[in-house]
Amino acid sequence: MSEANSIPLLKVSGLRKSFPGVLALRGVSLSLEKGEVLALIGENGAGKSTLMKILAGVQPADEGHYQVDGKNVQFRNVNEAMEQGIALIHQELNLCGNLDLAANIFLGREPTRRGLIDDVEMRSQTEKFLSKVGLNLPVETLAGSLPIGKQQLIEIAKALSCNARVLIMDEPTSSLSQKETETLFGVVKNLRSKGISVIYISHRLGEVKELADRVTVFRDGENAGELKKDQINHPNMVSLMVGRELSEFYDRKRHQPQKNILSVKGLCCPSFPDYPLSLEVHAGEIVGIAGLVGAGRTELLQTIFGVTPALSGTIEIDGEVKNIRSPQAAIRSGIALAPENRKEHGLVLPLSVRENCSLPCLQRDASVGWLNHKMEDRVTKQSVESMKIKTPNNEQKARFLSGGNQQKIVLGKWLAMKPKLLLLDEPTRGIDIGAKREIYKLMEKLAGEGMAILFVSSEMEEVLGMSDRTYVMHEGKISGELKQKELSDKAIMNLATGTLQVA
Amino acid sequence: MKKNILGIFILLVAIFVVTAMINPKFLNAYNMQNLIKWSSLYAIMSLGVAFVIITGGIDLSIGSVVGLVSVVLSICLKLEGMDPWSAIGITLILSLGIGLVHGLLITKAKVQPFVVTLCGLLVYRSLGRWLTDNQSIGPIPLEGDPGYVNIEQIYGLDFIFSGKIAIGSFNLPTPALFLLVLALAAAVFLRRTIWGRYLFALGNNEEGTRYSGIDTDRMKIIAYVLCSLFAGIAGILFAFELDSVQPAQTGEFYELYAIAAAVLGGCSLRGGEGSVLGVVIAAAVIRLIYNSINMVGISTHLEFGILGLVILLGVIGDEYLKKRVSQKQSLSKT
Repeated sequence: MSEANSIPLLKVSGLRKSFPGVLALRGVSLSLEKGEVLALIGENGAGKSTLMKILAGVQPADEGHYQVDGKNVQFRNVNEAMEQGIALIHQELNLCGNLDLAANIFLGREPTRRGLIDDVEMRSQTEKFLSKVGLNLPVETLAGSLPIGKQQLIEIAKALSCNARVLIMDEPTSSLSQKETETLFGVVKNLRSKGISVIYISHRLGEVKELADRVTVFRDGENAGELKKDQINHPNMVSLMVGRELSEFYDRKRHQPQKNILSVKGLCCPSFPDYPLSLEVHAGEIVGIAGLVGAGRTELLQTIFGVTPALSGTIEIDGEVKNIRSPQAAIRSGIALAPENRKEHGLVLPLSVRENCSLPCLQRDASVGWLNHKMEDRVTKQSVESMKIKTPNNEQKARFLSGGNQQKIVLGKWLAMKPKLLLLDEPTRGIDIGAKREIYKLMEKLAGEGMAILFVSSEMEEVLGMSDRTYVMHEGKISGELKQKELSDKAIMNLATGTLQVA
Repeated sequence: MKKNILGIFILLVAIFVVTAMINPKFLNAYNMQNLIKWSSLYAIMSLGVAFVIITGGIDLSIGSVVGLVSVVLSICLKLEGMDPWSAIGITLILSLGIGLVHGLLITKAKVQPFVVTLCGLLVYRSLGRWLTDNQSIGPIPLEGDPGYVNIEQIYGLDFIFSGKIAIGSFNLPTPALFLLVLALAAAVFLRRTIWGRYLFALGNNEEGTRYSGIDTDRMKIIAYVLCSLFAGIAGILFAFELDSVQPAQTGEFYELYAIAAAVLGGCSLRGGEGSVLGVVIAAAVIRLIYNSINMVGISTHLEFGILGLVILLGVIGDEYLKKRVSQKQSLSKT
């Protein structure tokens, strides 16, 4: 990477962008060389996504310079950016699940013959691009039938089919399993060796360390610093991101195991009816469930919470067998769930912070169906304070809060119900590092107060850092249980991939 | 034939066979001709709304468009004494214009399709009644009715739009030919052209489709224009078929039959799914049920009830089938 003697492939400087009420970018700059993987990191709200959207032509900047190959450019839409070879791989995937792979890859650029789509040409081209990302799938496969990791690769193949020279990847691994992540990295490294540049946004510093040639750090809409290859390590990245040193990230006090809160015996989830599951969680204990995406972890939580009632088996809460056939029954038994997809299942986005926080206890606090506003305000105030939810006021719509604050609302709304067992599904997905730490602190605090916590996570560091005990799942089975002292990433991966079975 | 179409096809055959066994008159040529004619008319409207449903939208105004178009056509022919082909042209332009207005309101003014077309339903219906002072009127002169010029040409049109073509001893109603042409065109459009592909794509993931560089607003407008155009063509066919148009009644509730046929034929109201063949078969099923109720001797007061139940069960069965298929797929994958 000869930085001195060549014009950078892509260069922006002095970019400013404001949204109503927010100054998202306050004059940031960034440059990218050919064949370079540049990681862009920063807390949520630092302006990374805004910059990506400007680079890819989704939205224009208010002011600033944008050069490609040394020439000034201004993109009015995604197409114009694509013509220059700049493609955005979105955080929320943009494939059409009802169309096949060929149709997805060539969407908007279908080869035609006499006005009709030339399927033969399109399919043979598709095969070429699929093999570039290491996929060997029939082109007639419906995109919606693929797991998310493969969909991501399809998106990359789609970008390559537009002759992309720069791939912008926004949190590409946020919903991938370890194995899928490895595949993705293999593809990215391969593309780099072929001279394709990548701008990589991630909250996962381990990935950044593995992949990036250079790191640019944003903080509060400004450049906070840059790290060269040999400077890329956790402490450097974290201190640039938060502007201070983070002493102890996973601050766990170990509690003496107390009485059993949750005891599951022979539970058969509808998604994997052949594998009865048994596990227990004690008061004050934080138990992790590790495993690959699709191993049945989310389904297990959903069954315990009554979303998809169990086919057989028993769930005991606090020593009492509960018949949980619905979320209502679960809540009555003292169970709360913060679901994986908080925007869809955890929150009502168009409602305010207050309305979200008070939603679960409305019935409890209502008198004959009338809303109890006083109670509602009290519950909200309590949640906002104890969760440290950053919101201008309690009437702010949940949609306008950052991912971290949204997750805090999800947690906050349950705490008013004083659950005995808290189920967390990917509690920190897509959340910035500062908010992550606060979520961890909360988990620690709640466990300290005697709550039993069972959480599912695909982030190895999180499982290693937070759990007192870990169950590992593999294809619907619990393939093993690891005590604190047996816990290591290798042990988890062995169990998660089914390499090793522990009784 | 795809699985989801197979289901509706089996339903069609089953009702057909059962009715034929109970009442052999069902099979006589006259009844068959009628059945084909009405099925064709319904299917044309249903295909129109299928375009819109595939994009994830809805059009509730179809019945009123049918009513207004047949009123306007009749007025042009009777009161204005217009050249019949120009009259046809005007009605087609009218329906294109209606679709364009719907599309623009939905994409540019961001009004929800349900609201836009519900208002359309009310406006076009009342417009038709106002234009005619709520008096019935027809595209062709009834016996001894003065006031029509170009009589010969009008009868020519009548043959084109509601005539019969003898094939051996069987008289094929011309609407069936219209359906054949329109269905083929719709199938090619949806399955073989980029625009059809874009409709399916945006119905499934509008944002993603826009990020693929597609003008999704324009595609949606096209869908609503096609929907109203098909409703307009159906309106012309209905006008000649009925001979006498009742401004308050002609086309009433047809939007519901059209939507029902589209849904029964495999379109998901969530968008992104649907097939021409399925919709045509489903429209035929709906007409067939009517016919069977008469033939079998069930009280006609039960028509709506039976229709409603069949559609409900059909859609439930379809969902069940889909679930089974996707379960099988996920099993074979692991």
